[in-house]
Amino acid sequence: MFNRLIWFFPTVFGLLLLVFTISHIIPADPVAFLAGDNATNEQIADLRAQYGFDRPLYIQFINYVMGTFQGDLGISLYTQRPISDDLLGRLPATLELTFVSVLISAAIGVPLGVIAAVYRNSVADHILRLITVSGLAIASFWLAILFQLFFAMELQWTPLQGRIDGWGPDHITGFFLLDSLLVGDWESFGSAFSHLVLPVATLAFPAMATIMRFTRAGVLDAINSNYVLYEQAMGFPERIIIWKYILRNALIGTVTQIGLIFGLLLAGTVVVEAVFDWPGLGLYAVQSIMNSDYNAIMGFTLITGTMFILINLLVDVLQGVMDPRSEL
Amino acid sequence: MFETIKFLIKKLAQDRTAAIGVFLILSLILIAIFAPILATHPADITEFHPPERLQGPSSEHYFGTDRMGSDIYSRLLYGARITIAIALIAISVSVVIGVPIGLLAGYYRNWVSDALMRVSDIFLAVPQIILAIAIAQTLGPSIQNVILALSATYWPFWTRLVYAETRSALNEPYVEASIALGASPSRVMILHVLPNISSSIIVRTTIGMGGTILTAAALGFLGLGPPPPSPEWGRTIAESREFLPEAWWYAAAPGIAIFLVVMGFNLLGDGLRDILDPRTRRSKGG
Repeated sequence: MFNRLIWFFPTVFGLLLLVFTISHIIPADPVAFLAGDNATNEQIADLRAQYGFDRPLYIQFINYVMGTFQGDLGISLYTQRPISDDLLGRLPATLELTFVSVLISAAIGVPLGVIAAVYRNSVADHILRLITVSGLAIASFWLAILFQLFFAMELQWTPLQGRIDGWGPDHITGFFLLDSLLVGDWESFGSAFSHLVLPVATLAFPAMATIMRFTRAGVLDAINSNYVLYEQAMGFPERIIIWKYILRNALIGTVTQIGLIFGLLLAGTVVVEAVFDWPGLGLYAVQSIMNSDYNAIMGFTLITGTMFILINLLVDVLQGVMDPRSEL
Repeated sequence: MFETIKFLIKKLAQDRTAAIGVFLILSLILIAIFAPILATHPADITEFHPPERLQGPSSEHYFGTDRMGSDIYSRLLYGARITIAIALIAISVSVVIGVPIGLLAGYYRNWVSDALMRVSDIFLAVPQIILAIAIAQTLGPSIQNVILALSATYWPFWTRLVYAETRSALNEPYVEASIALGASPSRVMILHVLPNISSSIIVRTTIGMGGTILTAAALGFLGLGPPPPSPEWGRTIAESREFLPEAWWYAAAPGIAIFLVVMGFNLLGDGLRDILDPRTRRSKGG
């Protein structure tokens, strides 16, 4: 555990170095891009000095690290606003999408995994395995487009894209579902909910497949263990053995997976937000790609990477609490 | 070696799902090789026929035509070449970089091996697609840069795997014996450790192909893949979006192609794992 905590800062530092390295192998000159086509050489030199591009690389790196720890990720070349403000404003939309997707995928994936294990090699198990295999093979952007095609365009059950109709509930946390509940704004809640359905379904499908797979494997492991044999010999009802004793042990592995999945979903939002025009971090990253906004992409990479590292740390700690045997 | 391959083929043929995987992958390879023969309109990779744009599937155009009036079926076949090239080269580079680093870091126990593992941890700390986006965006959209971005982000998977497997192999009697007999480190690593951990590497590589194809398609979808008029599958799906729901065939064909290919590698990977690593047998307990 201690070992993990110690490595947190070097890892984040390494991430900074990696992002800095990538952003400095740019073939195009960002300053020339910023100055425009008609800039004189002096104007470019001035800008270069202003942004610190004229200093030695290691000084630039030190300034970059210092700035980052003070929450300064630079100015977006496109919106001309601080990147940290842009990212912070969009964080709740992405987190809301990710949280709901993790919840849904675990709520469906865990019970289905148990069923697949208990009734292994039955028709139900084979059907569930087919769903798992498909979930892991489908490209999420294509699934998103399929959902749009059927449920939004043809059947018109859900909105095509966006996060909400109108202005949304009063800003408290930035999570529309939570905020609309807090102020009792049912109209906003309904709208936010209906906008969430398709993006969540897209993100949750492969996540559910992974969780199902791991729960199934975990439950199968537990079913063959001695303590289950003992409980069966003691005459415990099968239902209690499965849902209480076996599941608790099987879930230890699943919790690790759910943590990893949270990180993967965070990455998956890039593509899904692009399709559903969901105003989160992912869409910001895609817009930055379109606008060749290097600073913004690097800021996005850094923030997502740091969140990913934090989540992995949290999973390790949680696993240590749930399973004291695990070495940390 | 020959015996091993014969054993593998026999086992794979018995495993129905793995056999489906092999069939799908072989189809992809054959389609990529014979694309010029199979294609009905091979010139449509670069040629446009605007009057024929956005036609539905017909006997002339099996999968319809795209926004430029080009034949989607023919472009799909040529897209298979891009998919194979990207995945095969990116995965090979990742294996060639990742495996030796993992072997060295696993065999030696000093600060160099710690440092190597920390570097791979940092790469693993960022989701692959995010890092690939950052690199591909910086370098500009092209096939070479997609391959570079994917190789740069995927190698640590093999380093991690090989490191862990090497560490546990070092405790095995056969490795201890060869060290005691005076075998040099390179001899132990290449002749004793590597052959015994190769099955894990093969399984990881097969499943990695599927993941790489998905990531490459996502990069193409985001506009970071090979530029138009490339028939890359992810880009084709992105192009189709403004013509939905009317031109449904435009998005359907490349999406199904990606799905089948990734499915093929995943099924084969699962099957290989069952055969090569009895500890994680899928049908365990029943």
